[in-house]
Amino acid sequence: MNVISLDSILGVGELKSQPAPAASGCTTSSCGSSDGPSDMAPEVWEKVKNHPCYSEEAHHYYARMHVAVAPACNIQCNYCNRKYDCANESRPGVVSEKLTAEQAVRKVLAVAAEIPQLSVVGIAGPGDSLAAGAKNTIETFEQLSRLAPDIKLCLSTNGLALPDYVDRIKDLNIDHVTITINMVDPEVGQHIYPWIFHDHKRWTGIEASKILHERQMLGLEMLRDAGILAKINSVMIPGINDEHLMDVNREVKARGAFLHNIMPLISDAAHGTHFGLTGQRGPTAQELKALQDKCEGDMKLMRHCRQCRADAVGLLGEDRGEEFTAEKVMQMDIDIDGGGFTKRETYREHVEAERAQRHQSKAAAIAEVAHIAGEKPILIAVATKGGERINEHFGHAKEFQIYEVDARGAKFVGHRRVDLYCEGGSGDEDGLETIIQAINDCVAVLVAKIGGCPSKSLEAAGIEPVDRFAFEYIEESALAYYAAYTERLGTGAVREKIGADAVIRQGAYTARRA
Amino acid sequence: MAYKIKASDCTVCGACEAECPNEAISFKKGTYVIDASKCTECQGSFDAPQCAAVCPADCCVPA
Repeated sequence: MNVISLDSILGVGELKSQPAPAASGCTTSSCGSSDGPSDMAPEVWEKVKNHPCYSEEAHHYYARMHVAVAPACNIQCNYCNRKYDCANESRPGVVSEKLTAEQAVRKVLAVAAEIPQLSVVGIAGPGDSLAAGAKNTIETFEQLSRLAPDIKLCLSTNGLALPDYVDRIKDLNIDHVTITINMVDPEVGQHIYPWIFHDHKRWTGIEASKILHERQMLGLEMLRDAGILAKINSVMIPGINDEHLMDVNREVKARGAFLHNIMPLISDAAHGTHFGLTGQRGPTAQELKALQDKCEGDMKLMRHCRQCRADAVGLLGEDRGEEFTAEKVMQMDIDIDGGGFTKRETYREHVEAERAQRHQSKAAAIAEVAHIAGEKPILIAVATKGGERINEHFGHAKEFQIYEVDARGAKFVGHRRVDLYCEGGSGDEDGLETIIQAINDCVAVLVAKIGGCPSKSLEAAGIEPVDRFAFEYIEESALAYYAAYTERLGTGAVREKIGADAVIRQGAYTARRA
Repeated sequence: MAYKIKASDCTVCGACEAECPNEAISFKKGTYVIDASKCTECQGSFDAPQCAAVCPADCCVPA
């Protein structure tokens, strides 16, 4: 089971409800969106602290779901093709079934009753949530804000229709909006958008990109003025907008965007997209990280995005959608009075207590390694199923979380999807090779448990398998490992790893919850 | 003087239904259809047939 059960959280240590410690500065991995309230206004922290997409820390504890009520779109993107639906892949725009507003509300209530980690419901397509008059989107949110008022609402859009709906979004109490912005220069945009439909007309070429750009910037400014948090998604397309995304970053930052999420292009001929068919490649893990690092300044960069389906359910990185198909949901006995509210409230209280403790133990771990400041950072991979702990078996990991570690802390820098190594009990050698490719820029992989064979192969590839921190917290363990590693480096017991480039697993997230 | 939808290419996104000024488009038996008696090809309303202009699958065509 990949989701952290409520029992397991309740059983973590002897947690007592305690007030959060006073702001302690940027003591750990990074500030703001990935840590605590120390560097943001209290009202902003309240908005993001339980939102798995807006807060890296929250993504270890909270789940989201998308309801696919918005199939229509008002623009065409060269990386998108909504014609095909494949149950075995995960990428934005892919859904198994479209829902009516009524079905969507039922589905949310069913999931909310079953998964106490649920904190956010979003509408992310499969088209544009605001296209076709935003009819289904508004209807769904109107009902949800009445029936499950403790669940946050958010939507994502390409921004073309956004200026027309900011007032409505504000009325509906939607305090998170994601805009996909891939360019701020129509010259670049014309290579990404073949056409848009605006003001009762299909526009093409540079004219289309110019209108889209102006509407995106206006929408973003209007969100800022309305006090609604905006996350910007950008698709990194090597050779088309990769360098240009630094300009995008600057422009959206200037207009008050809260978070920038630069995602790798998913491109495969089998998806039938324009880019897939023309052989446009996606970036490698290093190219993506280098660009994210360049853009990181006083604005947050999102690193934990899983580019999930427009009907995903559960913690980021997992999909429990199949448990909640429209057919199954229609047969469920649903308590429409916010079913499961008490369970969700209890869960949130315990996460708060856990957080207070975590901020203290992270600060202590950093104090311990202060003496090795100045040493080079290393990358390590971690097998986890949530709760900020090293609690996944190497062979059961569907992804590895990557941390950059030095004396300042362990900073989450991304995740790498892999095929299951341990399918049906025995190791699969081909699978192991792809795992090594996915994490071969890392010095070590921290796991709850690992077998002898994969250990040998990892060691041969220069990646040290480490199971001595099983079930411990990730960041503290990473720092302890770093301290020991630098010491061994000093004595010559290990040699510095020459970083190899890592391969980003192309979009296809085939692993499902067992 | 009417448009039709090529059902085999339709992705059932509904964008056309929302744009039709004559309410000539509706969802029937798993796909969208255009009521030829209501369709004006948008003459008098817009420069171009709205369903064809918004359709991502280019499946709204003259009947």
